Amino acid sequence: MEKTVNHKAWLLVLPVLVLVAFSAVIPLMTVVNYSVQDSFGNNVFFWVGLEWFHEILTSERIHNALGRQLMFSAIILAIEIPLGVFIALNMPKRGIWASVCLVLMALPLLIPWNVVGTIWQVFGRVDIGLLGHTLAAMGIDYNYTQDAFDAWVTVIVMDVWHWTSLVALLAYAGLQSIPEAYYQAAKIDQASRWAVFRYIELPKMQGVLLIAILLRFMDSFMIYTEPFVVTGGGPGNATTFLSIDLVKMALGQFDLGPAAAFSIIYFLVILLISWVFYTVMTNLDKREGA
Amino acid sequence: MEWMAWTWPTAIFFIVIASLLIAFTVLAIRFPETPRVGILRIETTRGDRLFITLLGSAFINLAWLGLISGPQWGALIVCLVFAAAVFRWV
Repeated sequence: MEKTVNHKAWLLVLPVLVLVAFSAVIPLMTVVNYSVQDSFGNNVFFWVGLEWFHEILTSERIHNALGRQLMFSAIILAIEIPLGVFIALNMPKRGIWASVCLVLMALPLLIPWNVVGTIWQVFGRVDIGLLGHTLAAMGIDYNYTQDAFDAWVTVIVMDVWHWTSLVALLAYAGLQSIPEAYYQAAKIDQASRWAVFRYIELPKMQGVLLIAILLRFMDSFMIYTEPFVVTGGGPGNATTFLSIDLVKMALGQFDLGPAAAFSIIYFLVILLISWVFYTVMTNLDKREGA
Repeated sequence: MEWMAWTWPTAIFFIVIASLLIAFTVLAIRFPETPRVGILRIETTRGDRLFITLLGSAFINLAWLGLISGPQWGALIVCLVFAAAVFRWV
């Protein structure tokens, strides 16, 4: 069938363009304008050039926040991806228990971020929280408000609790799409369980796992609400991730210039990573389709 | 528009980006092309190469600012070389 070329159809995209311009492009332009100026309020600005960018790029505070952020993302990916795959492999494939599992797995995903934060904030408290109180009763010295290590453990376990389901559900969907014939062929060849996983299940899950890694990385790299509610970035600066630091700078100190420069660098990093993942994914699809 | 705190340098910056986007859109409509595979082993069109150039240039400028404390136009020269390389080989 011949494809009709009609560029007038582009006019239908116009409302979306206007919406995106209003909600994303114009605010982003304003941030760029702020990043090269200094302001003391009242909409009065002074030109400073690239000074804020230089300050942010050489700031130890930002380097430390970036280090913490990368470590957080690396740790949660290292836990959530294998754990999610492991859970998906062990979920029932059909029948009533498959539905029960799916509903149970989807539950944490439905809870809003600030509620998850509040749940864990209370859950971990030594005086009234079930987890904190139980650990204290067992003689384990746990206090996420005072000990940096405990705060990290709490924030990581909370993220794993909240988001492993997503990885598991995606991996499960990938597993369900494998035709039975593959497993029968493996059985005829007397393939081991590991061989089935390595040469059938893992390659077939590759696409969805990449999406899972992308989603979890982006989300963890931008995480704000949950650690903010649980630890407020503390104790000290122990769990102050990039976005928490950014909000402190922009709203706490009202340093609009440095905060704008910081936002732009943050945005560029996320844009780069998204592009890399997107390119890898689309090329993978093309290779599979070929 | 006052609330957007416009300055001439940022206005020129956005005008250049917008002109590039418009120019490449017109190019794509007037002279359609087939994607090609370059040294990155991915299929790219002119638009993709423009995106890679712009994103790469942003990081070149940041690296220049953070690591080398020379004048910023030095970074622009590196960016132009980078752009030529991207359009030739990627």
